[in-house]
Amino acid sequence: MTQILVPVVLVAAIGLIAGLGLAVASIVFAVPKDEKAEAVREVLPGANCGACGYSGCDGYAAALSKGETTQCNKCTPGGNDVAKQVAAIMGMEAGEITPQVAAVMCCGNSANVEEKLDYSGVRSCKIATQLFGGPKTCVHGCIGFGDCVRVCPYEAIFICDGVARINPDKCRACKLCINTCPRHLIDLFPLDTVKAAVLCVNHDKGAQTRKQCKAGCIGCMKCVKACEHEAVTVENFCAKVDYDKCVGCGKCHEACPVGCIDLYEIRKHF
Amino acid sequence: MELTKGLIAILLTAILTQNFVLSKFLGICPFLGVSKKLNTAVGMSAAVIFVMALATAVTYPINLFLESKELGYLQTIVFILVIAALVQLVEIILKKYIPALYSALGIYLPLITTNCAVLGVVILNVDNGYNFGQSMFNSVGAGLGFMLAMVMFAGVRERMESCDIPKFMRGLPITLVAASLVSVSFLGFTGIVEHIFG
Repeated sequence: MTQILVPVVLVAAIGLIAGLGLAVASIVFAVPKDEKAEAVREVLPGANCGACGYSGCDGYAAALSKGETTQCNKCTPGGNDVAKQVAAIMGMEAGEITPQVAAVMCCGNSANVEEKLDYSGVRSCKIATQLFGGPKTCVHGCIGFGDCVRVCPYEAIFICDGVARINPDKCRACKLCINTCPRHLIDLFPLDTVKAAVLCVNHDKGAQTRKQCKAGCIGCMKCVKACEHEAVTVENFCAKVDYDKCVGCGKCHEACPVGCIDLYEIRKHF
Repeated sequence: MELTKGLIAILLTAILTQNFVLSKFLGICPFLGVSKKLNTAVGMSAAVIFVMALATAVTYPINLFLESKELGYLQTIVFILVIAALVQLVEIILKKYIPALYSALGIYLPLITTNCAVLGVVILNVDNGYNFGQSMFNSVGAGLGFMLAMVMFAGVRERMESCDIPKFMRGLPITLVAASLVSVSFLGFTGIVEHIFG
């Protein structure tokens, strides 16, 4: 009898001691929870994209509750709704977020750009760009190997005819792709308004640009002269639109000889 | 001198010739599951080394006690119980006092509390009749061997990411093939440790 009883009691006793020990330890070593941070964390989208400038949603929630920041509107993916909810929890004023989406400033598709080498290496923009400036004739434009596609947490980016394009319905303006693109082609574009945009970042001189891409900006200044609101400027042989000044009249588009400047209106459908 | 030689031989044997993952096939689940990226592989291995050393230090006196009462057959169940409770306790204490280490090991600690590699190392220590020092060297060596296998395999898997693998081999099949090839490469260490010290 004792042969059975002793081991059973022994194991049960060890289990009991371990269980009680853990129960006591969880009370003695309890870490005080930050309730405000947890409530804020619940509201945030949880993509950990880092658009707010903190290490992730947890980092932003902790910074808010500790008072390191008083801005409730840093979560661009969450937009105004999240900002309002966060402000309600923190008892602060929510600032406005201008709704934006990311857009790829390049139209170097197969119709405009040619392949200058038969690339068979690793299909990564960052690597390809180091080999003679990438497989395409334009050394400033989209390579189309999709570094941005892989980094996007919302699966908003796809490659269309060798150029990355962003689905505005899915894009939450978290800026991860902007920081990833080795060519710095991606920029934020205001939502729901008609604005002119230059889909080119080629800083080479006009003649050189012409050899690289049929739709590249040659820096001819025609758009600058056409614009009545001083919204278009040309720097380093490439035009740029100031979205704050642009009224979307379309005169720059009519003046552009290569057609790289056009009127865009990006809307979300959902 | 003889003692140090013996300990180093045990350490090297555990790392190279008797590698827990690649020769004994213990701890395959985390080996395949967490080896996708180098930093998670390192985090997991660090937790394994920590838990293996801790488990050995705690189970050694418990085993002495069990054997003195002629209850050696209770090893497995008591070891599992004690290791699981201990790791939970350590996790709670780490969370309170060393949050940085907790966030580095945190997710992996509960994952490996009942892992066969951890239980395997303490049972093998008993089976081999090691004393306390030898047991500690064996378990740290086993943990380092696990880390070596994990880091190597994570490197292999990261290289495979950029390879053009035939569609039917993608995912688990190619991973298992790669694991077996890495395991074969460890056969090359057979007999090395015995002859290091002449």
